[in-house]
Amino acid sequence: MATDSIAINVELAGGLEILFNNERKLNVELPATTANGSPPNINYLVGHLCDHHMKDSRRELFELQGTVRPGILVLINDADWELEGEGEYELKPKDQILFVSTLHGG
Amino acid sequence: MHYCAICGIERAQVIRPKNGQKLCRSCFIDAFEMEIHTTILESGIMLTRGERIAIGASGGKDSTVLAAVLKVLNERYDYGVEFILLSIDEGIHGYRDDSLETVKRNAVQYGMELCILGYEALYGWTMDQVVEKVGKKGNCTYCGVFRRQALDRGAKHLNISHILTGHNADDIAETILMNFLRGDLPRLGRCAEIITASQASTMKRSKPLKYAYEKEIVLYAHYRGLDYFSTECVYSPEAFRGNARALLKDLEKIRPSSVLDIVRSGEHLIHYPATTQILKSGMPHNEMNKDAGISVRGNENEGGLLKMRQVASSQLESKCASKTQGTTKPQTEALHIQSIGNCERCGYMSSQPICKACVLVENLNKTYPSIAVSVKEY
Repeated sequence: MATDSIAINVELAGGLEILFNNERKLNVELPATTANGSPPNINYLVGHLCDHHMKDSRRELFELQGTVRPGILVLINDADWELEGEGEYELKPKDQILFVSTLHGG
Repeated sequence: MHYCAICGIERAQVIRPKNGQKLCRSCFIDAFEMEIHTTILESGIMLTRGERIAIGASGGKDSTVLAAVLKVLNERYDYGVEFILLSIDEGIHGYRDDSLETVKRNAVQYGMELCILGYEALYGWTMDQVVEKVGKKGNCTYCGVFRRQALDRGAKHLNISHILTGHNADDIAETILMNFLRGDLPRLGRCAEIITASQASTMKRSKPLKYAYEKEIVLYAHYRGLDYFSTECVYSPEAFRGNARALLKDLEKIRPSSVLDIVRSGEHLIHYPATTQILKSGMPHNEMNKDAGISVRGNENEGGLLKMRQVASSQLESKCASKTQGTTKPQTEALHIQSIGNCERCGYMSSQPICKACVLVENLNKTYPSIAVSVKEY
């Protein structure tokens, strides 16, 4: 079954970890193809994290309108997701995805 | 893969919100630092050689990045300035404790002296106690007034007359939006200023990160591996600011330059004398309404408010008089009408006989026994 799933590393920072039981690093397994037949992308990952990893009922603090909430930065292998196609970026094995909130204060 | 627009060698990792430029990590860090340096030089944030300057430090991303960048610039461009971290402990359990630990680490990391000042020592009340008394609604007013003075007092205690704060472009754009939505144009103009010399204070305050996007501040902290703490005040949902923030983030998503565009709009309004003249005359009433909201708990403040109202209307008259004499500098005029005196209670500089912090503390203290009595009667 190993070929049917993709393993990636997810990191949460800037206050987002609070939504995930204060866990900063997650090892996430995604199906190699999703229900609609395409490989999982960032938007899929966001929904997956809400469904399987989030320990807080306030899903809207992370996901809005099928993608990540505005004000949360996404870094794909340490590069701004805007350079990589944003939510449409198709995940590859061992990708490092960092979600960091800019919304929290000091 | 995109290559860096500056060096052309490295992989681009950042796309800059203000101009869409794609940069590698190290060119981004250089550009970010260079722009703060330019802001300091060009917007009149004078850093005088040999001066001791306070950085308002909370341990959050903005003040941590500010301190880190200033350390770099002070060494690179030889400002010859000594920076001191100044932190305020509001006395909110579970909120400030951890961030103060971060500030303590920052002080060591950046080799800066640290001064922590607590509300309890300054006012006799921690915010936890204030909230116990006044409830979660309206407590932000207390915190805001206390904090503003606390930074000033802390700086004065350190013999410092210039405080730098970590307000970024997003913070300022948010405040501009809020003031716009409230119809409060005088405040809108003031919040867009990069340097504020409050009429109630001789302290100069500047915002070197005024043109820095929140996004870039977070990226800078990330790429440099800076040690900061993210938290949300346990008492403040700050609903209105939250909405303004969400609106701003939505706008930024569609058009990234929106944030700085709003800041620029605010700046233009500072230099709109006709509007300033008309709206300033309306301002004291707004401010009094706010004060009245607080003093509902204790009527003892009524006399003071009436007095303020009289002062305000006499100011209005004098302003109108000066207008008929053909004065063309309404804004600076208005600022000089209110003279800075000293608070009768605490001796701290104040434009009123009793400073706002003392009025609030008095309200807190006065209502204390009556609550104790009513509890006994039950």
